[in-house]
Amino acid sequence: MTDILDHQIAEPDSLANPRHDWASDNARRRIKKRYGRDRLLRAFGLGAVITALMLLAILIASLTYTGYVAFYTTKVKVDIFLDPQIIDKENPGKTKYRKITKQAFYAYFPDVKNRKDKRNLSKILSSGAQYIVRDYVVAHPEKIGETVTINLPLSDPFDQLHKGVIPRWIDAAGKNGGNGEKMLNPRFKSEKVLVWFDNLVARDMLSSPFSWELFVNADSRFPELAGLAGAFTGSLLALLVCFLISFPVGIAAAIYLEEFAPKNRFTDFIEVNINNLAAVPSVVFGLLGLAVFINFFGLPRSVPLVGGMALALMTLPTIIVSTRAALKAVPPSIREAALGVGASRHEVVLHHVLPLAMPGILTGTIIGLAQALGETAPLLLIGMNAFIPSIENLGLMEPATALPTQIFAWGDSPERGFVSRTSAAILVLIGFLVMMNLVAIYLRQKFERKW
Amino acid sequence: MFGSLLILLLILSVAGFYLGRRKAFVVAGGKRSQLHSRPLYHGLYVAALVGIPTLLLSLIWIFLQRPVIDALLLQSLDPKAIAGLSVSELSLLKSQIKSVAQGAIFGDPKPIVVEAAERLTHWRVIANWAMVATCIAIGLFVLIATRSKIARLFRARERVEHVLDLLMIAASVLAILTTFGIVVSLTIESLRFFDRVPFLEFVFGLNWEPQIPIREGQVTGGGAFGAIPVYVGTFLIALIAMLVAIPIGLMAAIYLSEYASKKMRAIVKPLLEILAGIPTVVYGFFAVLIVAPAMRSFGAMLGVEIAPNSALAAGAVMGIMLIPFISSFSDDAISAVPRSLREGAYGLGATKSETIIDVLLPAALPGIASGILLAVSRAIGETMIVVMAAGIIATLTFNPLSPVTTVTVQIVTLLIGDSEFDNPKTLAAFALGLTLFLLTLALNVLALRIVRKYREQYD
Repeated sequence: MTDILDHQIAEPDSLANPRHDWASDNARRRIKKRYGRDRLLRAFGLGAVITALMLLAILIASLTYTGYVAFYTTKVKVDIFLDPQIIDKENPGKTKYRKITKQAFYAYFPDVKNRKDKRNLSKILSSGAQYIVRDYVVAHPEKIGETVTINLPLSDPFDQLHKGVIPRWIDAAGKNGGNGEKMLNPRFKSEKVLVWFDNLVARDMLSSPFSWELFVNADSRFPELAGLAGAFTGSLLALLVCFLISFPVGIAAAIYLEEFAPKNRFTDFIEVNINNLAAVPSVVFGLLGLAVFINFFGLPRSVPLVGGMALALMTLPTIIVSTRAALKAVPPSIREAALGVGASRHEVVLHHVLPLAMPGILTGTIIGLAQALGETAPLLLIGMNAFIPSIENLGLMEPATALPTQIFAWGDSPERGFVSRTSAAILVLIGFLVMMNLVAIYLRQKFERKW
Repeated sequence: MFGSLLILLLILSVAGFYLGRRKAFVVAGGKRSQLHSRPLYHGLYVAALVGIPTLLLSLIWIFLQRPVIDALLLQSLDPKAIAGLSVSELSLLKSQIKSVAQGAIFGDPKPIVVEAAERLTHWRVIANWAMVATCIAIGLFVLIATRSKIARLFRARERVEHVLDLLMIAASVLAILTTFGIVVSLTIESLRFFDRVPFLEFVFGLNWEPQIPIREGQVTGGGAFGAIPVYVGTFLIALIAMLVAIPIGLMAAIYLSEYASKKMRAIVKPLLEILAGIPTVVYGFFAVLIVAPAMRSFGAMLGVEIAPNSALAAGAVMGIMLIPFISSFSDDAISAVPRSLREGAYGLGATKSETIIDVLLPAALPGIASGILLAVSRAIGETMIVVMAAGIIATLTFNPLSPVTTVTVQIVTLLIGDSEFDNPKTLAAFALGLTLFLLTLALNVLALRIVRKYREQYD
C-alpha cells in the first residue's frame, strides 16, 4: 500500500526492518486518520439521509399545517323567517333568496341602520349563503311560513379570521420595515365589522363543523364554498378511459414482446421505443394530445376522453414494463408442463402464465394509474382545467377538470382561503395516492409467489 | 349515435359467439372429441371476425366523415358567392355554417349559410345512418359466412390464435405509433412555425417575447422568438436542481447501501420513494407556499434581494424531487459492483470509506452517471414546479436569485386557453416541444449507452 511506501520514505531507518511497525505513533495516527475519514463519510451519508427525510417531513407538515383548517368551515346560526309572501310555493327554486337571507342577518344587529354599514355587515356572510337557503327551502317546502335555523358559512376573510389564519392588525410599513405601528388588515373594510364579528362570537352564534362542502361541492369562486366533487368526477372519468385503454393494450403488448416476439430488428425497435416513451417529458404527451386528438381528429377540448387517452399513452410504458417483469417471474417449468400435456403456446400463456402473473401486473397497473392521477401538465395542455361550478353535467365528452389541475387552479388564486383549500386538496390527492399504493403493496404481498 | 352503434356491434358479436358455438355442438353431434377445436373457439372465431372488422370500419368512418362532409360542403356552395374569399374567411364561413347547423344561431345569418346548414344536417344524418347500416350489414354477412364454415375439422383454435397474434402485434405497434405521432405532429407544427419565424432566429436569437398582437391595435411586445434565454433559464434551474439532488442523493445511496443496517434500509428506502411519488404540482405549490418566501426572508436578512419566483427556489424544490431518483440509481449501481471487488479491497486492509471512494464509486461510475443524465433529462422536462414557481418573462441571466423562465413554462403559457393553430405564438410552443423532445431523447439514449457499455465490463 502507498502508506507503507510513504512511511519508508519518511523514516529511512525503518528500511533496515522491512516489517511495518504497526505500533508506532505514526502508524497509529495514520490509522486514526483513515478511520476518521471513514466516520466523516458515514456522517455525511447519515446527514444526507436525514436531510432528505427532513425535507419530506417539512413538505408534509407544512401542507398539513396550512391545509387542516380547510376541513372545517366557520358557520353562523341564523334564524330565518321563510316569508310565504316572498317565496313562491309552487316554484321555490325560482325565488330570490338574497333579500330574505340578508334581512334575517340584519335582525341580529338592530342598531345598524346606515346603508353602507348594512352592506359591510352583509359581507360577513358568504356570498353563496342565499343559495344554501334556497337549497334548504327546495328540500323542505313544508317549512315555508315558519322560522327556521340555518347554519350559513361566513365569507372568506371572517372564516380565516375565526380560524386564526389571518391577523386583525398588521404592521403598517409592511413585513420588513415594521416600525411597530399597527394598521387594520386591508381585508376588513372597517373596525366596525370586527366589532360585529366579535359580537357574533360573544353571542356564541359561530360554530366550526366539518366541511362537507370540500367534498360534495363543485368548484366555486368563493373559497369557503369551493369543493372537489367536480375534480373527483373528472379525474375518475379520465382514469377510467386511461385504464380501459392502457390495461388491455399494455398487457397484450407485453405478452407479445415477452412470450411470442421473434428476436429481430422490428421487435428491438419496439423495445427501444417503449423505453424512450417512458422517459419522454409529460408535457410532450400534452402537445401530442393537442396536435393529434384535438387538432387532427377534431375531438373537443377539455374533455376527460382526450385527457384519458393522453394519460393512457403515458401510462402504457409503465404497464408494459411491469407486466413483462411479472411474466418473466413465472418459472419456465410451468410453461413446459403445460406444453407437455399438449396445450398450444397461446393456451399456455392465457391459461397458466397470465393468471400466475396477474398480481404483479395489477400492482404495476395500480402504480401506473397512481402516476396518471397525479399528472398535471398534459391535462393542462388539452384544457382539462375548466371551471366546473356544478357536477350535474359531467360526461366523457363534457368539459371537466381533474384533481391536480384543480390544485393548480386553486394554487394560483389570490384569495387567502384558497391557500388552505389547495393544501387540503393536496392532502386529499396524496391520500388517494397512498391508498392506491397500499392496495398495490397488499396485492403484491398477498398474492406474490416465490418459486 | 356512435355509442349505440358500438352496443349494437357488441350484441352482434356476442350473438355470433353463441351461434358459432351452437353450430359446433350441432356439427359434433354429441361427440365433442370429434371436433378439431373446442366449441368455445368456434364461437370466438365467429365473434372476432364479426366484431373486429366492423369496429375498425366504424372508427375509420367516424374520423373520415368530418373532413369528407366538409369538402363536399365547400363544393356545394355557390361558386359565385364564395369567389374572392380568402382561406380564413372560408373557414369562418364554415364554422358559421356548423354552428347554425347545431342550432346556435347568432344574429341574422345569410341565406347561403342557412341553406348550407340544412344541407349539412341532412348529410350528417345520411352519413350516420349509412355508417350504421353498412356496419350492421357487413357484420351480419360475416356472421353468416363464417358460421357456415364451421365443420368438424375446421381449425378454429388456430384461426383464433392467429387473430390474437395480430391484436398483440397491433398493441405493440402502438408504442411505435405514439413515438411516430409525437415526432410527426411536433415536426409539422414546427415547420409551420419556421415558415413564419426564421430557423436561425429561433436557434440563435437572444430575445424571447412571444406576446405578439393577435388582434389589430392590441398593445403587446414586439414578438421576438429567440430561444436562447429560455434555454439558459432551463439549464440554470436544472443545474441548481442537480446541485441539490446529486450530493444528497449520492450520499444517501452510499449510506444506505454500505453503512445502514438492514432494518434501517427497509424503513428509509420506501420513505425516500415517497418523495418520488408525490405529484409535481404538489412540489410546485410547496415552492410557492414555503420555499420561495423562506428564501426571500432569508435573503432580506442578509440584505440580498431574492425575487419571489427566483430560479433558486424552483431549482431547489426540483432538486428535492430528484433526490430519490439519483439515490435509487446510485444504490442500484453500487449494489451491482461484484462482491469480489469489494472483498478484495477489504482484504487489502482498506477501510469502508476507502473501499467506497477508491473501488466502488469508480466501478459504479457509469451507472451513477447514467442515472444523473436521466435526472437531468427529468429536470429539463419537468413542468409543474417551474410553471408555478419560476418566471414567465425570459431574461438572459445566469443569476440564480432573479426570475428566469424555462422551455416547459413557455409551452404551457403559450398554449393555455389558446388553441388557434395559425399564429407563431402557439406554433412556437411546438417548436420548443420538438427541441425539448430531442434533447431529452438524446440524454436518454446517452444514458442507456453508458449503462450498456458498463454491463459488458462485468458480465
